[in-house]
Amino acid sequence: MRQIEGSQAVAEAVAACRPEVVCAYPITPQTHIVEAIGAMVRTGRLANCEFINVESEFAAMSVAIGASAAGARAYTATASQGLLFMAEAVYNAAGLGLPVVMTLANRAIGAPINIWNDHSDAMAVRDAGWVQLFAEDNQAAADLHVQAFRLAEDLSVPVMVCMDGFVLTHAFEAVEVPTQEQVDSFLPPYEPRQVLDPDDPVSIGAMVGPEAFEEVRYLQHAKLVRALEKIPQVAEEFYHSFGRYAGGLVSPYRTDDAHTVVVAMGSVVGTLKDIADQLRQKGQKVGVLGITTFRPFPAAAVREALWGARVVVVVEKAFSTGFGGVLSTDVATAMGPLRAPIATVVAGLGGRPVNAASLAALIEGSERGSLEKVTFLDLNRPVVDRELERMGARRRSGPSAENMLRDVASQAAAQEG
Amino acid sequence: MFQVRVHGRGGQGVVTAAELLSVAAFIDGRSAQAFPSFGSERMGAPVVAYCRISDAPVRTREPVVAPDAVILQDLTLLRVEDVWQGTTASTFVLLNSPKPWAELAGAEVLSRFDPERVAAVPATEIALSQVGRPIPNAALLGGFAALTGAVSLAAINQAIRERFAGPVGERNVAAAGEAYRMVDLARHSSAWEV
Repeated sequence: MRQIEGSQAVAEAVAACRPEVVCAYPITPQTHIVEAIGAMVRTGRLANCEFINVESEFAAMSVAIGASAAGARAYTATASQGLLFMAEAVYNAAGLGLPVVMTLANRAIGAPINIWNDHSDAMAVRDAGWVQLFAEDNQAAADLHVQAFRLAEDLSVPVMVCMDGFVLTHAFEAVEVPTQEQVDSFLPPYEPRQVLDPDDPVSIGAMVGPEAFEEVRYLQHAKLVRALEKIPQVAEEFYHSFGRYAGGLVSPYRTDDAHTVVVAMGSVVGTLKDIADQLRQKGQKVGVLGITTFRPFPAAAVREALWGARVVVVVEKAFSTGFGGVLSTDVATAMGPLRAPIATVVAGLGGRPVNAASLAALIEGSERGSLEKVTFLDLNRPVVDRELERMGARRRSGPSAENMLRDVASQAAAQEG
Repeated sequence: MFQVRVHGRGGQGVVTAAELLSVAAFIDGRSAQAFPSFGSERMGAPVVAYCRISDAPVRTREPVVAPDAVILQDLTLLRVEDVWQGTTASTFVLLNSPKPWAELAGAEVLSRFDPERVAAVPATEIALSQVGRPIPNAALLGGFAALTGAVSLAAINQAIRERFAGPVGERNVAAAGEAYRMVDLARHSSAWEV
């Protein structure tokens, strides 16, 4: 065990996977990861690896695609607007079936500009055809990267490891950093399923018309569905090699006899486990279901874990504007028609601290049916109302974000005064 | 669980202080978690960092809202933000100040705390003389070890040496040791305030 920054632990885990091409373009909060890998390439600690400083995120993913198609193990990392800027290439990596591995240090998307954590970036590309894994803590973040290369190359699909920006990337905690020997015994050298070779030329990614496009897409879907079987197998093998459990589809905590089950992804799962323990001490049977694999969505595993629940609360760090929860919709679909009522709690947007006391109060009330269909945790309603009022009163009421920022400041000043 | 909040300004090593504290607790055989408040990173801007020390693995990720100890690296922050948020009479308070805390302007605000749990150390002055730079974090960590007993000085020293190799590490260890002795001595003398 080492007391280490999350980004550093991930950099070491990725390096132990012996990537041959690492493309880097800096964007907060993933920068520490590629910086650390860059340093390892420079000192020769990570050998046989080309570290390429590219000119944009679009180039980062494009170079990763090229490298992967040429038979190299390719890795990159990004966040937020960086992911959106590379979105076209993100779809291409999946469409081409190239086993690129990418860290997504989850961060909100502007406007207004915000560098802090939420899951909007991951949600924006959830249908791109990548496997999306979410880390609950930094041990999981490190371990999931090792499994990601294995999964990606076994299935020939790209894998994205999502870890909460700042909350995990910048957190110091104890991590068993995967050793080179362990990783070498778990992850064989990359054997590409398809490779661009001048001696045996082929085209990949050429035009496909209506006569075969559906079939190509269906195959992509079938591959991801097959990942639902592969992911637990890889987790099992990981357990045998490393002696600790990581990965898998879902991570249930005290759900067996739970009346209320709280579903969530990423680092908030840790906070929720503490809340579940607290509420159980008060006599409420609460459990937590961490979703480790978000894409492909493990519907059967989710249904099984939620079978006995009377109420399901889904805590999400993102939402579909104009509708509500994204994960909640998947959970509802997975549970089918006879499901328990589901309430969505949107929390932690743009780095807003997920206040355990507020969240515990909501969960405590959920069995009495006190939760609305969609709740925004700790929403400053007076500030929103004031802006709505302004907008109603004048056509040119000014930019809303700046108006509300000012109102929040004067609210705080009034409280202190 | 022992929860610590470090308040300071960008450039004073606030985040490093919380990180080193977590490393020291780890060296002592405890579980620990440290993370910054994720403010915009620029010199002089208020920065908050957190550290939790526990015998069980730390799972929660929320910022520290009810601190067992507050380290204040820069007294000018008293006018800027509510550094006492969530504190109680039994919260430990460690101030970076060349004056004894009872002589500080606005010292009455400290009267709400148990005087046995309040200390001031001239951490910037110690850092200037020992390290040659006005970065008070190492000295404050030494003072923190003496005031709270939540970590050992030996672990603080090891954490500093692991982060800063060679003479820089040794100078910071000296700063931590000087502050430790000042607080420790004061706690065991009648006029215990430093």
